Amino acid sequence: MSRPGGSVDEKEVNQNGDPGGHLSVFSNTLTAALSTDTRLLSAFKKDTQTREVYLAGREYYSEKGKTFELRLVGKIKQQISADPTLHPEYPSSRGLVEFIRQATQVALGRNSRTIAENRMFGVQTPGFNAAVRLGAELLKHWYDVSAAWCGPVYLSVPCDGSLASIFQAAGIPDIRQYYYWDDEQRGVCLEKLLADLERAPERSVVVLSASAHYPTGADLSQNQWAVITQLIMRRRLFPFLLLPAQALCYGDLERDAWPVQYCASQGIEVLCAQSFSHCFGLYGEAVGHLLCVLKHSSLLLSMQSQADKIVRSLWAQPSAGGARVVATVLSNSAHLVEWQGEVKRIVKRCMLIRAVLREKLRLLGTPGCWDHLTQQGGLFCCTGLNGQQVEFLSNCRHVYLLPSGCVNVSAINSRNLDYIAESIRLALNTSL
Amino acid sequence: MSVFSDVPQAPPVAVFKLTADFREDSHPQKVNLGVGAYRTDDCQPWVLPVVKKVERLIVEDESLNHEYLPILGLPEFRSASSKVALGDDSAAIKDNRVGGVQALGGTGALRIGAEFLRRWYNGVNNTATPVYVSAPTWENHNAVFADAGFKDIRPYHYWDAAKRGLDFTGFQDDLEKAPEHSIFVLHACAHNPTGTDPTQEEWKKIAEIMKRRNLFVFFDSAYQGFASGSLDKDAWAIRFFVSEGFELFVAQSFSKNFGLYNERVGNLTVVAQDSENLTRILSQMEKIVRTTWSNPPSQGARIVSKTLNCPELFAEWYAANVKTMADRVLLMRDQLKSKLQALGTPGTWDHITQQIGMFSFTGLNPKQVEFMIKEKHVYLMASGRINMCGLTSKNIDYVAQSIHDAVTTIQ
Repeated sequence: MSRPGGSVDEKEVNQNGDPGGHLSVFSNTLTAALSTDTRLLSAFKKDTQTREVYLAGREYYSEKGKTFELRLVGKIKQQISADPTLHPEYPSSRGLVEFIRQATQVALGRNSRTIAENRMFGVQTPGFNAAVRLGAELLKHWYDVSAAWCGPVYLSVPCDGSLASIFQAAGIPDIRQYYYWDDEQRGVCLEKLLADLERAPERSVVVLSASAHYPTGADLSQNQWAVITQLIMRRRLFPFLLLPAQALCYGDLERDAWPVQYCASQGIEVLCAQSFSHCFGLYGEAVGHLLCVLKHSSLLLSMQSQADKIVRSLWAQPSAGGARVVATVLSNSAHLVEWQGEVKRIVKRCMLIRAVLREKLRLLGTPGCWDHLTQQGGLFCCTGLNGQQVEFLSNCRHVYLLPSGCVNVSAINSRNLDYIAESIRLALNTSL
Repeated sequence: MSVFSDVPQAPPVAVFKLTADFREDSHPQKVNLGVGAYRTDDCQPWVLPVVKKVERLIVEDESLNHEYLPILGLPEFRSASSKVALGDDSAAIKDNRVGGVQALGGTGALRIGAEFLRRWYNGVNNTATPVYVSAPTWENHNAVFADAGFKDIRPYHYWDAAKRGLDFTGFQDDLEKAPEHSIFVLHACAHNPTGTDPTQEEWKKIAEIMKRRNLFVFFDSAYQGFASGSLDKDAWAIRFFVSEGFELFVAQSFSKNFGLYNERVGNLTVVAQDSENLTRILSQMEKIVRTTWSNPPSQGARIVSKTLNCPELFAEWYAANVKTMADRVLLMRDQLKSKLQALGTPGTWDHITQQIGMFSFTGLNPKQVEFMIKEKHVYLMASGRINMCGLTSKNIDYVAQSIHDAVTTIQ
């Protein structure tokens, strides 16, 4: 679809600087396919029905249907803006020291031996995807250097659509999948997961969700983690753990990060990408963190210096604003209590919505079992609806789910609950 | 055994090491002329008054949207940034062929632009396209393009140490000899580290050769307004190239001219041939951004956008704050030159006032630089580059004397 008129001769440039004549140097640039998020949102916006519901958003929505800033966060931002001692300096490429300290503690636990042994380091990143990208770059350049490692990386089915492209952008083309969500069981199928990982070549990287799996909301139990880590150690795989919405599962930062603590306590080297967007309502501030747990502290200097080098050519330094808010809250016990209160309210609401939706579906006589709704945690849940049913919902009922049949439960509220439940019932009955 | 046992330590970055050494130094008269950030006459970082004002407005704004920013960034920031670079009456903007990608500072903008060019310029995924950077240049240019995948990064002649000025003959020669479609990274103004820019006539000649030889223009613009005090003057080269019909990229940074170093405010301005090309380009940019940081931080972008889009705030920023910074730098340049001349320091020192922006290439050689650091506790880059902002009314005599001593003592 490039501009017609392929004459390569230079034509005269007219007064307005119009290049005229020759082909653009970018005529071969293809239009990128829209991401799932963009496509869905765009379809939703074009939808002119008065009764329409969007359940595929990423943020936590209040009962009023809006994203909001935690009250405490607003207060802290005011304080920070009035602070005369704060200066605009280039932060180090690693980010704010206090933020890194706090982010590391909430991932490993305050009394962590790993921290006592100082065999880990953290890097503040501009958001979650950036943390994954940094981790991917570290792996690409420095994981098992002598063997010139270049993949594979295993991702769960389903998973966040951007994960594969992040690893590829870092120069790791070999992306594979492992079985995770089972539609029939409406949960994780450990057996098939283990079978896939058993077949993975040694030194494969396995991306695992520590809590609040996106997009299914189905998490591994502690027992399942024990089994998986055994396999990981035996098969010499490398775990890359994800915490995209830390604290939104149990209302507790440290509790959500239990798998990270467990792996570290087993002496496993781990990368962990964290995001503080959801639990602080700081979506617009890109507050992420990459944690790297190593076998011993002697590896710190070299790994940290290589991480710094990678950061310098990606974004140089992360932005200070959001990280400062998070550090301020986490390092102050009074703030911490207040913050915990607000987060617990969010988590409780999500749990309530799940319970109410399950009850509603039961009352409507909706076919199938809906226990999984309350067995899962966090923002997202997988309804188990298939592609056809999902399409029915968007086309005929104007209710938009993720293609995998997953929904953001916080987008469900007292105004749309009945309509959504009824729509799900119809979807299941219509395509039987 | 760790899977990371064979990882070597990466070398430290010279300018940060310099600052670290400076911090450890306990000498009472120590001076840091290293890192490129603005300092007041009290040698303090400066929060621009207009920025403080706008920050409060933002914090008190109840209507603010707290969602993720779009991947390409805050729309009003992107358009205001491109407008600042290209001018209010830019025909290219009116033609809807200009777009922006909000980025994490100037570095982020360069990286996104480089990643795009590697994927879509001069073929598909052509990592062999030569990328030319000035000799010398900001040391991170090399790393950004190399890490974006380009395998062939070359220097183009720029600084003439003997005449302490632009090696224009060498520069033109490199332009003539570069393979067609090579990418050239040009400093829009206030060249880092030399402070030496081409004249308007020289820019015209550069543009003529680049057009004839189908070379790609990638401007790095980190000092607009900060260099001369005039936004238009500092953007003259960019606007000239746009008026000549070039498709080009401009990596803009608002770290210096807004003093927003830690909020990482940058923008990649894309000037395409037409809006259709622009749409395709931006769609690919979005894909690239998604795998780098996905949704950019909003704080800095909101501050810049609010300021640029509001006439009163814009006037305060431009006429008061930016002018303050630019004027102080000009004053220090003037005074340093006068003092060196008054001391009878051997050599000519005109280049100090002829150069522009934050940096000056003093012409001191590495041995003299070592003397400055070790004996005088005046910290500057091994290249002889000094940050004029590190000079104050309180330390300028000491620095001038130190330079004098270095030049007369060490050859």
